Amino acid sequence: MKTLNKLVAIALPALLLAGCELGSKEQEQVGFRGTAMVQINDPDSKAKVGDIPAPPYELTTEMLAGDRASTAYENVPVLGNVSVDEFNYLMQAMTTWVAPDGSNIKDAGCTYCHNPENMASDEKYTKVVARKMLQMTQNINANWKPHFAGQGDGQDNAGVTCWTCHRGNPVPVNNWSTALPEPGKITGKKYGGNTPAQSVAYASLNFDPFTGYLAGKDNIRVGGKEFPTAASKAAIQSTEKTYGLMMHMSQGLGVNCTFCHNSNNFAKWEDSRPQRVNAWYGIRMVRDINNNYITALGDVWPANRRGPHGDPLKVNCATCHQGLNKPLGGAKMLKDYPALKGAAPVAAPAPVVAAAPAPTDTAAAAEAVKPAA
Amino acid sequence: MAVLSFERKYRVRGGTLIGGDLFDFWVGPFYVGFFGVTTAFFAALGTALIIYGAAIGDTWNPWLINIAPPDISYGLKLAPLKEGGLWQIVTICAIGAFVSWALREVEICRKLGIGYHVPAAFGMAIFAYVTLVVFRPLLMGAWGYGFPYGIFPHLDWVSNTGYQYLHFHYNPAHMLAVSFFFTTTLALGLHGALVLSAVNPAPGETVKSPEYEDTFFRDLIGYSVGTLGIHRVGLLLAMNAGFWSAVCIIISGPFWSRGWPEWWTWWLNLPIWR
Repeated sequence: MKTLNKLVAIALPALLLAGCELGSKEQEQVGFRGTAMVQINDPDSKAKVGDIPAPPYELTTEMLAGDRASTAYENVPVLGNVSVDEFNYLMQAMTTWVAPDGSNIKDAGCTYCHNPENMASDEKYTKVVARKMLQMTQNINANWKPHFAGQGDGQDNAGVTCWTCHRGNPVPVNNWSTALPEPGKITGKKYGGNTPAQSVAYASLNFDPFTGYLAGKDNIRVGGKEFPTAASKAAIQSTEKTYGLMMHMSQGLGVNCTFCHNSNNFAKWEDSRPQRVNAWYGIRMVRDINNNYITALGDVWPANRRGPHGDPLKVNCATCHQGLNKPLGGAKMLKDYPALKGAAPVAAPAPVVAAAPAPTDTAAAAEAVKPAA
Repeated sequence: MAVLSFERKYRVRGGTLIGGDLFDFWVGPFYVGFFGVTTAFFAALGTALIIYGAAIGDTWNPWLINIAPPDISYGLKLAPLKEGGLWQIVTICAIGAFVSWALREVEICRKLGIGYHVPAAFGMAIFAYVTLVVFRPLLMGAWGYGFPYGIFPHLDWVSNTGYQYLHFHYNPAHMLAVSFFFTTTLALGLHGALVLSAVNPAPGETVKSPEYEDTFFRDLIGYSVGTLGIHRVGLLLAMNAGFWSAVCIIISGPFWSRGWPEWWTWWLNLPIWR
């Protein structure tokens, strides 16, 4: 009996501590003292800043000034206006970013998108997708600066490249598609939740907050300024869906709720951190990406690039962020790839926000949109 | 106030913890004692400092008065008075007053020759408080993790601290603590109702003995824990509520930094079904 007691006395604390993160934590106070607005991270479990591939070669001013790609190549509607040298430089980088040579990806290298017999041919669907993705990247960099600008570095922001999401994979690792409809019977019906789903950081919340909020334009704000009545339609289900989306955002960015909100009043912009403005634009940016670029490709997507519901694999916060509040630790990767900046006129859909506002304009814009948030 | 027949008999000197007979006397019904004086000292000083803090603060609104701990950047150092130093002194006063009160209870127990159950139970509440404002800040390495003294401010602290772990209801120790708190009130409600039903009869009825109480619960659920046992149950439930509250906050931060729902992935990942 005594031996058993000793065993329990040793085993129980050991078991209890096994699920723990020991050691000191990284801490960052983000609100007034005593409000408990603090970011706490365990250095061991925190997402690591990934490696960034070096540019293929140095892009000199002479290279940038050379002949335009449209004079040398056929069928280059998006990048026709960049120099031949920069065009080849970007193609080489994109290969490394999306289907690197020597990887176990089928047709890795140039042939992932191109027919080697006729590089201009659009016969491979991947080339059609890549073109759309180039337009998307240019659109993000040109028109969605309010998402990643702020804190005074609006003119010199990190921007995005294909690598930000792809990291050497043809399909970014973090993606989503609409969940399958549930059975209409009692057994197996989970009412959209009741599952420890990774999509909502393992909470028992609605596991598909994305279809409504990141593809659709459902209102994320549940509460209103007026006292709720029978007509206000606020339901615990919509609250939990919003909570689920926020769980995803927290996990995708490796932050806790107080990174943006003071939970004293989640809805109140005055008590929120400026990061919430970035997040507000981010949600709209993701909708733009999902609807106007990914879903817009329609039948181009083959079956293995679609979810069980038939919709293409789409983007959420984790697609770029991958557990960091600044993707790739805020590394300014875009500066090496000027063609992706989107300065050249592109056939992008009408942006939702004014192009490239100064940081002060960003704040003002956020003020202006407040009631709709 | 009436003095019961046996009270005078037990109002004897001695049994103090620090020896001697300093303040070893009664004022009216109250035993004073050395620790009664230290309780009064710390309580008065702490209250005066809170009033001072309100005076140099933004508001006299009693809901909003805020004596906040220092910034995290001060670590475990002393902070300037107006930047959290006041909170540090008030915390010392609070612990001094609470511990003095518990020791005064101990001295009264010793005079009466009874067990230390009451100071032990109160000690659990002190333990929970000290966990919040001393142990957890020590483990995190900054006094700034203590909760602010103020009605709404401390509620905001609770809320934000919970949301640091995305969904605090998934904290296993919080689950236990909440269950114990609710069970404590359930047990107290049942016990109070049962005693009143037996010893506070309608006019014309007689007072019923404990056998009636036992029989009621045997009829109802097949078992009665008994007159002494119910108080053991009550003490156990209540002390567990305080204990697991302390555990649930000490593990949040020092031993876990992510969302509490994610902690349960150890269960999902058990080799037998992963």
